[in-house]
Order: sequence, then structure tokens, then C-alpha cells
Amino acid sequence: MSKEHEQGMSVIVKTVTRLTVGMIFLYGVYIVLHGHISPGGGFAGGVIIALSFIHLMLAYGKDVALRKLSKKTASFFESTGALLFLAIGLLGFSGGYFFLNFIPKGEAFRLFSAGTIPLCNIAIGLKVGAGLFAIFVALAMLKLEKGEKK
Amino acid sequence: MIIYFLCLVLFCIGLYCILRKRNIIKIIVGIIIAEYAVNLLFILVAYRKNGRSPILSPDTEIINMVDPLPQALVLTSIVIGLAVTSLLVVIAMRIYEKYGTFDITKIRELKG
Amino acid sequence: MEMSWIVPLFVGISLLGAFLVSLLGRKIKLLPDILGNLTVLALLCLSVLAVYVVADKGVVVYNVGNWRIPLGITLVLDGLTSFMLVTVNLVAFFIALYAVNYMKKFTSKDKFYTLFLLMLAGMNGVIITGDIFNLFVFLEIASVASYALVAFGTERHELEAAFKYAVMSTVGSLFILLGIVFLYSYTSTLNMADMASILADKGASNLVLMVSALFLMGFGLKAALVPFHAWLPDAHSSAPAPISAMLSGVLIKSLGVYTLCRLFYNVIGISSSLSSILMVLGTLSMVIGVFLAIGQWDLKRLLAYHSISQIGYVILGIGLGTPLGIAGGLFHLFNHSVFKSLLFLNSGAVEYATGTRDLKRMGGLAQKMPVTSATALTASMSIAGIPPFSGFWSKLIIIIAAVQANRYGYALWAVIASILTLASFMKVMKYAFFGQLKEKWSQVKEVPLCMKISMSMLALICLGGGLLFLPAVKEVFLDKAVRVLLEGTRYSQVILGG
Repeated sequence: MSKEHEQGMSVIVKTVTRLTVGMIFLYGVYIVLHGHISPGGGFAGGVIIALSFIHLMLAYGKDVALRKLSKKTASFFESTGALLFLAIGLLGFSGGYFFLNFIPKGEAFRLFSAGTIPLCNIAIGLKVGAGLFAIFVALAMLKLEKGEKK
Repeated sequence: MIIYFLCLVLFCIGLYCILRKRNIIKIIVGIIIAEYAVNLLFILVAYRKNGRSPILSPDTEIINMVDPLPQALVLTSIVIGLAVTSLLVVIAMRIYEKYGTFDITKIRELKG
Repeated sequence: MEMSWIVPLFVGISLLGAFLVSLLGRKIKLLPDILGNLTVLALLCLSVLAVYVVADKGVVVYNVGNWRIPLGITLVLDGLTSFMLVTVNLVAFFIALYAVNYMKKFTSKDKFYTLFLLMLAGMNGVIITGDIFNLFVFLEIASVASYALVAFGTERHELEAAFKYAVMSTVGSLFILLGIVFLYSYTSTLNMADMASILADKGASNLVLMVSALFLMGFGLKAALVPFHAWLPDAHSSAPAPISAMLSGVLIKSLGVYTLCRLFYNVIGISSSLSSILMVLGTLSMVIGVFLAIGQWDLKRLLAYHSISQIGYVILGIGLGTPLGIAGGLFHLFNHSVFKSLLFLNSGAVEYATGTRDLKRMGGLAQKMPVTSATALTASMSIAGIPPFSGFWSKLIIIIAAVQANRYGYALWAVIASILTLASFMKVMKYAFFGQLKEKWSQVKEVPLCMKISMSMLALICLGGGLLFLPAVKEVFLDKAVRVLLEGTRYSQVILGG
């Protein structure tokens, strides 16, 4: 706990971050899951998920944020998201067409409807969330390396 | 009509920024401006008079909505823009690391 | 219906390979090499299969997700597509094989193969799609991957070249996107076939003229035609050798030349003024490229300028618009992919063995590197247009086509550019491979096995490239592609009708 106070911003920012970061993350998940029935979707939700981790990094410094989601895990999730999306596309071949929506569509405006679209959104959300966080980490690390040299 | 024209003006501002500025970061900003001008034009092209947003919901019926397709396409184009911009920023940071400057007139080792 | 499942696999397999390499490549040491090469081999087999499918069934139209034609994304497999697919994947296969040894000196092979396969997915996607916005997306995938690959070594020159390339190419993409916006506002569709039929109904207008100009600038930038060529020598000479080969060999062709042909011939419809613009730009690139190349002492930079010049030949042939001209242009496109990537691989081999690209510092390397020098000789003869090699036949056909179309001026310039090309490659061979072996190169060794195999195979294709014009091969491979372009805007009836 004591180490957490060494890096990052002031106590006020840290406290507010601690209170809000979970909600931001949940809101991102909400946007991803409701992508097929309301505005939003995989990309928008994924960006919000990534923002919650970036928020953590800005307030607490990179050590705490990287403990929650390390660079390796982020790149793992990124590749997995892409593979998942491609797998959904390839599974469409079971119905005869690439990217065929092969699951029954269900009733409109329900959470479990629209066939493969929610699954695609989840895959895209994973990919975008992890990817954006990885980009941010890469930019931050690059700057850090340079600072250490001086 | 004038609003389409203003979009093209914005695009030209971006191009001017890319062609005339010497600072790498300003060039990247120019690219972003030009890109958003094109995106804005795409959205405006889809506008229909008195149209409303193309969002279906259970209890309302939409009579006159704007063309939803360009909105999806612009989202794609924004994602591409994100990738290009972040790559350019990383390259710019690396360039600063090696050359110690953001001035493109001083980064000219390739000639011929 | 039976064989149409191969169509989406060109994108699917390369993406699958890319993400698997990025997921698993860091943990298992040999995996990036094996998986990367297997993926490209599978793509090569599929593209040969595609030629047979086209010969057997004609045009194959594939609706992704079983959406009706103007609604969903359409993939189209026709003569031109299969021709380009074979070219791209053939060259990519040998380059991937070469990279097994060459990329050892860079630390992260998994990242290299991921980006390489993403670039390949982008190129295959551009070639195979029948939807104009999808074309833009794939074009950007390939371009973004190529920016990162040019900067792969993260040294001073590579970064500078990558930045210049990325900025210029992004501006080109913006022009293309602007053109697509105007086309969409005019036709309210994104499907290329649908668009062509609507454009044909509505007739000519100033907007279409403006779109043509935007596309000419955008795709001209991607293809490095002469007023827009400034980025190419930097980017192509600074990248690692396999990437230079990939960029010069196939990227500028699939993103620039193919898209120009497809959109101008099949969607907008070629007019006489457009075709003369293409011919003028082609001739300018041809002549200016070769003049700039002669003075170069950096081997890769010299080759990069020759790329501009040879693309000029392709554009001149295609711009002529006659059956023979288009056949010559496409034939030269194939040949240039093979011999230019071979030449870049040779330059990479020399750099691998000696560590220099400066022609003045080389000399007599033929004694120490027999395979490299023999293959380089083959490729040089081919690009310079010496009779039994492939480049001679395609250049000859373009020149004959220009004469037949009563364009004597263009034919004359083509001959002059060819002679200058010969002169500049005689310089390369003399300074790099023949002559006295310099003292400091006495310890130089020939390059490893995979690089030798890949270079020798490409040299064999150079030697046998002329056989492509034999009637039996020409009928299934080249003539189908020529016919697609000759059909012009009847393309829309072919796609929408079947």
C-alpha cells in the first residue's frame, strides 16, 4: 500500500479514481454487451474499457496499472480477440457462407438476440480494449526509456 | 451547399499543414485535420432534410431518418485513423530519440 | 457453388496465420518461421486452384454472410483477380522463405511475420473484394502494416523513410476516401458492379471527372507514378531486404496498378482522355525513373528508382487500351514482380554477406558468392530486356502494341528507357560482381541455404517467364485477365447477372 502512494498524482485524484474506475469498466462492458440493440458496440465499449485501465495508470503510475493488466496479457487478449472474431467468421461456413449469421436471431431488442453479432462485439471489444491499452503502454514506456537515458 | 464547401476548406487546411509545416507533430496534426474533414463530409453527405438519427427502439417508429451506412463507414475510417495516428506518433517519438529534433529540415539524411 | 468457398479463404487464412504467430510466436522459437511459411504456401496453392476455378467456371461471385448483392460485401474471383493473386502469393512465398535466414539478425521474428502476413491479407483483400469501401479498408491494412515494416529496424534512416512514406501514403489514402465519398453521394451504393451500372445510366458528369482526378492522385501515390514518386526511393531502399522486395515487387502493384485498372476500366469506364493521361504518366515515370537510377551508387536505391521506371512500362501498356497493350502491361507486371523482388533479395544477400550497399565498395563478389551473382545476372538481363529472359518479351509486346496503336513517340521512349536500363544494370554487374575481388572481401561467404533456394527458384521463373506467352498457358492465365479489362463497364452485368 505504501508503494502505491509514491508514484502518480495526488490523494484526491487517487481516491476519485478508486471510486470511479470500476464503474467505467462496467460501463464499457455494458456498451459492448448491448452493442446490437443500442448505439455503441465493440469498438466504443472497447475504448471505454481501455480508458479505465489508462485512467488507473495516469492516477497511480504504471506499476499499479501493469499489475492489473500486464503488457503480455494485453497482447494475449488482443490476439485472442482477433482470432475469436475470425473464428466466428469461419464458423459461418457451417451454414455455407463466410460470416453467415448462423445462430437463430431471436426476438429483436432482447439481450440474447441477433445471432452472432453480440459474440462479434465481444471479440472486437477484447481486441480494441487490449490493443488501445497496449498502444498507450508502448507510448508511455518509450518515453520512460528516454527519460532514464538522460 | 456552403457546408460541403467548408468541409473542403478544412481539408485544404489539413493539406496546407502537412505540406508547409516543419515540425513533425504539426504534420501529424495536419493529417488528423484532413482526415476528420473527410469524415465530416461523409456524414454530411448522408444527411437528409429534417432527418433524425437512425436508431431503432421498441416503441417508436422512425419515418424520416438519415442514411445510416456512412455512419458505420466513418466509424471504420476513424479506427483506421487511430491506427495510423498512433503509428505515426510512435515513429515521431523514435525519430526524436535518434535525431534529437522534430524539425524535418534537419532530418534529411536520405537524398538522391 | 461447390468451389466458391475458396474465395474468402485468401483473407481468412492470412489473418489466421498472422494472429496465431502473434499469439504463440514468442513462446515457441521456430514457430514463426514454420507457421509463416506454411500460411503463404497454403495461399499459393489456393491461388493456383483459383486459376483453375476461373478457367473452369468463369467468374465466381461470393456474397459474404449470404447478403444480397448491393447490400453485403461481395467478393469477386475473375480472370484479373486470379492473375494478381498468383503473382502476389508466388512472390510472397519465396520472400517468406528468404526471410527465414535473413531476418535472424533482427530480434523479433514473430512481429515480422505478423506484420508480413497482415500486409499479405491486405493485398489479397484489395485484389479479391468487389466492394469499394472494403477495398479502402484492405488498402489501409496493407499500408499500415507496410509503414511499420519499413520502420522495422528502428534506425535513423529507416525511421526517416517510414515517416515520409507514412505521411505521403496517408495523404494518398485520404484522396481515395474523398473520391469514395463523392462516388457514394452520386450513386448511393458501395458495390463496384452496382456502382458501374448506375454510373453508366447516369452518364458523364463533372463529379465523376473530379473523382477520376482524386483516384488518379491517390492510387498514383500508392503506385509511385512520377509526380507522386518522392517517397518510394527512400522507403524501398531503407526497409529490410525481404520487405523491399515485397514493397517493390507486389505492394505498389496490388495497391496502385491493380486498383487503378479495376476502377478506371471496370467501374468508371475508361475514356480516351483518361487513357492518354495514363500513357503520359507511364512514359514520364519510365523515363524519369531510369534517368534518376543511372546516377545512383547505392544498390537498393538504384533498384528502387528502376521500380518507378518499370511501373511506367506497366501503366503505358495498360493505358494503351488495346488487347495487346493490356496483355503486355499485365505480362510485364508479372515479370517485374519476379525479377525486381529477386534483385532486391540479391541486394539483401550482398548486404548480409558484406554489410554494405555501396557499389563503389563492392567488387569481384562473383568469385565468393556464385549463386547470388548468377541469379543477379539472370534478373539483370531480364529487367534490361535481353532476349531469352522474361523481361524482353513483355517489353517487346508493349512496344509492338504502341507501334500498332500508332503511338510511335511512346514506343521510342520505351526503347530508350530500355537501353538506359541495360546501361545501368551493366554498371551494377561490373561494380558489384565482376572485376577484381577486393582484399577485404576475401573472407566473404555465400549466404545460407533458404536464401539460396529462394533466389534460385525466382531466377528459374525469370528464365521461363517467356513461356507464359505460350498459347496454352496464355489462354488460362493472361487472356482471362486481359478480357476482364477489355470488357470495361460490362463488368457490372457479369457480376450482377450471375
